[in-house]
Parts: sequence; structure tokens; C-alpha cells
Amino acid sequence: MSDNGAVLDVKNVTVTYETDKGPLHTVRNVSLKIAPGEIYGLVGESGSGKTTLARAVVRYLPANGKITSGSIKLSDTDLYQLPREEVRKIWGSRVTMVHQDPNASINPSMLIGDQIAEMARIHLGMNKKQARDRAIEMLTRVRMPDPESVAKRYAHQLSGGMLQRVLIATAMSTNPEFMIMDEPTTALDVTTEAVILDLIHELMADYNTAILFITHNLGVVARLCDKIGVLYAGEIMEEGSIDEVFKKRLHPYTRGLLGCVPRVDASKKDISLSSIPGYIPRPDDLPDGCIFAPRCELVEDACEKERPPLKEIAENHFSACRRVDQLQEKIERKDELREHHEEELGDIVLEARNIKKYFPFTPGIGSLFGSKKAELKAVDDISVRMRSSFTMGIVGESGCGKTTLARCIAGIEEATSGEIELQGKLLAYSVKKRPHDTLKKIQMVFQNPDASLNPQHPAGDSVARPLILLRDMSRKEVREKVKELFKAVSLPEDYIKRLPHELSGGEKQRVAIARAFAADPALMICDEPISSLDVSVQASLMNLLTELQDSAGTSYLFISHDLSAVRHISDWIAVVYLGRLWEIGSAEDVFIPPYHPYTEALLSAIPIPDPEVKQDRIRLKGSVPSPLNIPSGCRFHTRCPRKYGKICEKEEPPWQDMEDGHRICCHIPLEELRELQGDGLLKKSSAGGGS
Amino acid sequence: MGSYFIRRIGFIIITLILASIIIFSITQFLPGDVAQVILGQFATETAIANLREELGLNEPLHMQYLNWAGNFIQGDWGNSLVSRMPVRPIVTQRLVNSAMLAGLALLIYVPLGIVLGVIAALKRDRLPDQMITGVSMAFVGLPEFVSGLLLISFLAIGAGWFPANSSIDPDSTFFQSLPYLILPAITVSLTGLGYVARMTRSGTIDVLRSDYVRAAELKGLPGSQVLTRHVLRNSLLPTVTIVAMGIGWLLGGLIVTEAVYGYPGLGRLLVYGIQRQDLPIIQAGSMIVVAVYSLSNLAADIIYGMLNPRIRVD
Repeated sequence: MSDNGAVLDVKNVTVTYETDKGPLHTVRNVSLKIAPGEIYGLVGESGSGKTTLARAVVRYLPANGKITSGSIKLSDTDLYQLPREEVRKIWGSRVTMVHQDPNASINPSMLIGDQIAEMARIHLGMNKKQARDRAIEMLTRVRMPDPESVAKRYAHQLSGGMLQRVLIATAMSTNPEFMIMDEPTTALDVTTEAVILDLIHELMADYNTAILFITHNLGVVARLCDKIGVLYAGEIMEEGSIDEVFKKRLHPYTRGLLGCVPRVDASKKDISLSSIPGYIPRPDDLPDGCIFAPRCELVEDACEKERPPLKEIAENHFSACRRVDQLQEKIERKDELREHHEEELGDIVLEARNIKKYFPFTPGIGSLFGSKKAELKAVDDISVRMRSSFTMGIVGESGCGKTTLARCIAGIEEATSGEIELQGKLLAYSVKKRPHDTLKKIQMVFQNPDASLNPQHPAGDSVARPLILLRDMSRKEVREKVKELFKAVSLPEDYIKRLPHELSGGEKQRVAIARAFAADPALMICDEPISSLDVSVQASLMNLLTELQDSAGTSYLFISHDLSAVRHISDWIAVVYLGRLWEIGSAEDVFIPPYHPYTEALLSAIPIPDPEVKQDRIRLKGSVPSPLNIPSGCRFHTRCPRKYGKICEKEEPPWQDMEDGHRICCHIPLEELRELQGDGLLKKSSAGGGS
Repeated sequence: MGSYFIRRIGFIIITLILASIIIFSITQFLPGDVAQVILGQFATETAIANLREELGLNEPLHMQYLNWAGNFIQGDWGNSLVSRMPVRPIVTQRLVNSAMLAGLALLIYVPLGIVLGVIAALKRDRLPDQMITGVSMAFVGLPEFVSGLLLISFLAIGAGWFPANSSIDPDSTFFQSLPYLILPAITVSLTGLGYVARMTRSGTIDVLRSDYVRAAELKGLPGSQVLTRHVLRNSLLPTVTIVAMGIGWLLGGLIVTEAVYGYPGLGRLLVYGIQRQDLPIIQAGSMIVVAVYSLSNLAADIIYGMLNPRIRVD
């Protein structure tokens, strides 16, 4: 232990990358301490330097990266001064790492057991047999079902959640002093994320490891961490205990980040999300004064002159803001309330009835001889109806059929059966057979704007395509309309000429939205349009979508695994599991009991960025069963935390209706559900009633 | 793996049937009449008609094909139209010769190419990489008749280490032939080496960038173990494919090298057959080359499967 009892003691570290354009100081003057058994949450948007800092701490920087000043101590060892070869001996024994993408971080051609055993072989001096036993012991520790057989499998045979357990088992197997977890749950479903966070929490009770937990998700930090550090453009803006920081929010950036997160108790009808204007500055283009000043609401002249240092405001609570006093005065969250529109029911835009999509699936040699046909039932009888200027949110874990349903409606995937009616006209299954004038009425916005914009075409050309193809506009009209659309999505006019690689992720998604609106659609299908973006960008895009809907009257089918986002933007929510609908109703109703046990599990998994909210811990076992082999009776019974009895295995559950069209498909009578679920999530929230 | 293996063999059979149809059809379109070729320019009309009848040339084409294919499978590959000798011993003899040369060449350029490719990847964009990449590219671009002649003039005529002419005796064993094989094997290795090294280099660079290699390094594994346990197995997958394609090329496509050294391989036999319109030789030789191509690709797929569990375990 070092003099102050910290396992990791980082002082004034600056990391510099040598680039063609000169040195880039990516992380500047950062200090942090982590005590044994403590989980330190490091949050920040992409480009804030989180990963660089973490790699610098363990001396794993690329060849052009260097720690140019400061000190790093791991207990008594001076990591900064240690020769290279000695550092390698510390990796894996005293410092371990859990990586972001478990799929990519495990060698695909090596047995899982061997990959865990490696650690014990090298660092604990065990022989092959002992190391193998150790691997199985570690798999048992991380509550892996059937550890012996998992040890003999390969990465592609395990689900994302299981792979993340494997990474945790590997990292824990040498009982390290210090562990870095770099976005360990970002690639997982909410339900799996919740289970993994619980696991980390439980393991911490047995081990005394100090953890640096990197994430962009404030909800995850609130649930798991003891301390939080908010990193912005390479510097710490605020640091303190979870309770202090979340309650007092003594930096405008922290306040901004928290304001971007949609609330589970309010929707777009009540509030606009606050978003942080502008962009994170590049390390070679930092403002002279406070680095956050250009984006700050409280900025005054003095802020732009001198960079404020990180100061201790209260005990162990640090902030780098000059105007902390003003911040302390007004703590309450400032939400921009929106005027309530008197709602009128619009015309029906889309009516999809009994949509089914079965993929033929013939394994192995069967494909040669055409024997034994199995069917993968991706969507199995789903009906939805949407009115104009209306948003239907679709939620469910990955692999539940959300995207397939959307693709069937868009005609990209041909439905197997069912009816798709757009504005009263029956549509062909395939987009190729749909007439021109219906094509423009359904548009899509995809998750990954990098892949959905042609890298060779300027942004303006991408937006002009639908105008030329679907709306037969003249060249002059097109030019005018493109300008108008760029304005509508709040992009400057000179962006029309830019190529996609010259735009940020959020800007690209704005271009994709402009392109979808160019066709003047009646229905826009948004397939996880904000999932890969930073919270502040997410918030501004959601506000943009809401504004555009108000002015154009377009309906959205909004697919997301992020329930808070869906709650914010949707009028209605449909909950999908294994190709079926289980609950549908207005967004408010779906979030209030009684709800379907599956909805309940999804809601209890949402990481809420408020440490005072104590959620019920309802966790789902295992992962979604294969749609090739759908369980009998109620297809959710294998994982249902509220299984009612034998009836669930034998009979398909009935639809139970409540007021305002809210429906649940479950065997448990509504009265009983209401009793079991009590007040639910909302009432326990101390974040204040929404409206 | 079992079903995968059976499926691959099924595909090979289909490939061979399709190839035999194509080969048979092409030989039908070659100019000149078979009977005329056999009997020579001064044969009488009746003699030609009799021979056509005897050879079954008057039957419909699909019957001719079935007869030929049936005989071929049973081992009767016909007689050479030129020498009147049975084709099968000739082709198999040449196949053995080609296989000896191919085997030796593979032994030289595959291990060497892999080692150089891995070194180039590890020292990426630095001097060793630039040298390896540059030199191997130069060898790929160097025509075999140039590199062959250079080797002959320096190592055979100049230094006198190896014989300049490789026209080996059909009865000699592998070890007797070995000295004659070395120069031609080096010549083709110069070409093959570049492909293997470049493929290994790019495969290894991709894997070195992967998250699981980063994870392995951060486990504290020594560099050598990261390389052998985590990198090579994944990075050699594309190399396997390139080597398999090389086998087909070595057995049927070494026309220039075989000509430079006077080596009696399959490639030269095919050229010889085509020049003389010796249909049975062309047919049998081509079928053997197709079969070798298919089998080496099968071997590659199996090795691929062994290296890559995503294919193996199903």
C-alpha cells in the first residue's frame, strides 16, 4: 500500500501522442486514486480520453503515445518508472482488464477454458491440470451455468453475456489488485447488462480489487460505482462520491450530461431533453480558458480567460468550475417544459395485421439433399396500427424480431404472411413490387450512419437522391429543397458539399434523417437510430425527431433497446419477445403496473442515473431461446420470473384488456399482477413526478 | 465436421462431372477430324469411315460422352493418337514427376514465405518489412524464363552445382531425381514465395490488430506465446487457401519452367497434346489437373476447418 492506502494513485498524468501535425496532449494533468474494493466510474463522451487514460495507467499505449509527465503508483510500485519487461509481468497478475466487446476480445480458435487457464499458468505457476481446474473454478465463481462444458467450447458457441462472464472470470483469476473495465456492458442487452452489473457487484464483496470502470452510461455508474470522475476533452471536470455528484452536480458539464438522459417518468409531450450545444474540442484546438466554456450555459467573460483548476468544494468533492457557487444555489433539474398539444386522433397511416416472417433453415448436409426443413420464426403473428403524427416504440432484447418486423413493413424483407396496409391501400410484401408513390411514403433511418451513407457521395447528394428518384423534382427545385432539409435538421448549408467522413456520427445521422424526410414520408422506420451515439447527441436527435414530427406530421416506428429513449419519444409502446407481441399500450401505461412480467424485467433492468432510485431486482435467466425452437405454451415461460404454473407451459396466454387500449398477453390475472408489482418503478423514483 | 466433409466431397463430385463435360465438349470443337488425324493425310474415304464407325464417332454426342466418361472412370483412358501407346501410364508418369517438383517447391516456399510474412507483419512499415515486401514482389514479377535462365547460368553453368538440364529418366527414383529438381523448384518458389509471404503478412497484420491479441498481451503473455498461441492459428487461414491454389498451379500450369529445364511434367505434356491434337492426352491430362485442383482445395478446407472452430464444430 502507498502512504494513503490507495491501490492506484495517479498524479498529474499527461499523455501525448506524436502525430504528423505535432504533439497532441490527449489527457492532461489527470489525478485519481482508487482504494481497495472501490469502483471508480470514469464517464465522458467519445473523444474525452477515457480509454487513453486507462491505457496510460497500465502503460499500454501505442508506439506514438507517451506519458509526458506525472506519476502512476500501483500500491508500492512506481509503474511510470518500471522497465517495459517488468510492466508485462504486472499485466495479468496485478493489473487485469475486462474489454468492451466480449465477442472480439476472445480468441475465436482457442477453447474458452484454455484462455482462462493461461492466466493461472503464467502468473500462478500452475501446471496444465491445475490451471484447467482453476479455469473451471473461476467460471463457477462468475455463476456460469455448466462451467465444465463451457470450458470446452469456443467463443462462437456462447452468447454475449456468457462471453462477458468469461472475460470477468479471466480477469479475476489471478486475484489482481487493480482491474480496468472498459465499457464492459455497452455491447450487451439491457437485461444482460443488469445481470452482469449484479455479478460485478457481488464479486466485489469477495475480492478486494480496486476497479476503474469506464463507461458513457451514467445510469450504469449510478448503479454500480462508489466514486465518479467526469472526464471532458482530457481533463477531469468533476469528481466525488456517487451520491454527492449526482445530487449536487457541481459542474455544468455533469449537469448537461444528466439532462440529456431521457427520464422514465416523462415523455416528449412534457419536456424537451436538454442537450449540450456544440462539440467536444479536439486536443489541438482547445479554448484558452475553461475547456467547457464554449458549450456552457453559465459562461461569463472570466471563464474564457483562465482555465479553472480542479478544486475541492466539499470534502472529497472536486469541481473545475469557477461558478460553483451559482451551481450550488440551483440544484433542481431544469427541464424545458413543452406545451401540451391537445391531441386529436390522426388518420390511420399503417395497419399491419398478423405479420409473420419465417426463414427456412436447413442445417448441415440437409441443404444438399433438401431434407428436414426447419423454420426460424423471426416474426410470428404481430399486428400494429399507427395513426399520423404518432410514434410507436418497439422494445425487446436483441434477437426478438424487432428489426425483422420493421424490415417486413418496409418491404426489404418479404413477409411470409399477413397484411400491410398503408393509408388504406394494401401493399405488396416486396419493396420491388410496390408502386412508386408508396415507396416514398415509407422511409428508413438505420442504426449505423457510417454504413448507410455512401462514402463517395457528398452529404447533399445523398439527400437529393430521393428527391430526384421519388419526387421527380427539377434540378433547381432539388437544390432549394436540399437546402431547406439541411436547415430543418439544423446542419449548416456548407455541409451539403461535405463527404460523410468529414462529419461526426451525430451529423451523419442528421443527414440520414434529412434523406428520409426528403421523400416526404408518411411513415418513418427508425431502427436504433441513436444507439451508437453519445448521450448529448442522442438527446439533440430525439428533440430533432420530435420537432420534425410536429411540423411534418410523420409517424415513426421507433425501434430501440433503450427503454428510456423509447419512453421519451413514443406515444405507444409495443413489447416484443421471440417474434410475438406481449404488451401494447400508451407509453405512460406500459411503464405503470400492471405490466407484463417481461416488461417488468426490462424496466427493472434500465440503468437509471439517479442513485436514490431503488429498483426491484427482477432478472431474467439465460438468453433469448432460439427462434428455431420456440418453447411451448407461453413462449416466455422458460425465463419468466413470475411463472404462474403448469398452464404457462401448456397453453398460449390470452390477451387481457385494460382501459385505453392497454393490453397484456399473460395467464396471470390483472388483479394479481397489480398486487405483485405494487407501485412499480415510477412511484419509487425520487426524481420528481414528471407532470 | 462430418457433414461438412461429406458436403464438400459431394461438391467435388459435381465439379468433376461438370469439368468432364466441359473438357469433352471443348475437345469436340478442336479443328480436324479424329479419324483423319489418326490415319494421316493420305487415307482413303472408306478407311476413315470405317475408323469413325470403330471409334464410335458416328454415335450421338451424349453417347460418345457417356462412353468416354464410363471408360475413363474404369481406368481405360484410351490410346494416344500420335504414339498409339495407352494414355494412362504416360499421364500418371508425368503426374508423378509434377508431384515431385511441386512437393519440393512447396517444401521450400511455404515455410519460408510464412516466416518472412510473419516477420514483415511484426516489423510492419519498418526496414525488414520493406525489404521482404519489395524483394518478394520483384520475384513475383520476374518471368520464370528469366529467373530460370539466370539460375542456370549462375548455379549450373557458372558454379556447376546443379545440372542445367532436368530431363530425368522415367525410371529414376525421387532421390536420384533430386539434384535435377532443385533448380526448377527454386525457380517456381521465387514466384510462390511472394504470394505466400504477402498473404501471411496481411493476415497477420489483421490479427495483430484484433481485440483478442490486445487482450492476450494485457494478460501478460510473453510475446512469443502471444504469437504462437493467439496470432498464428488465426492469421494463417488465408495462407492455407493461397497454398492450395498453388498446388493446382504447380501440377498443371508450370509450362514455362518445365520448358526451360526440359522437365517432363504434366504441363508440358498438355501443351504437347494440344499441339498434336492428341485428344485422349488432352482429356486425361486436363481431368487430372481438375481433380488435383479440387482435392487440394478440399485439403485446404479441411485444414481451414481444423484451424477455425467456427467451421469445424457444427
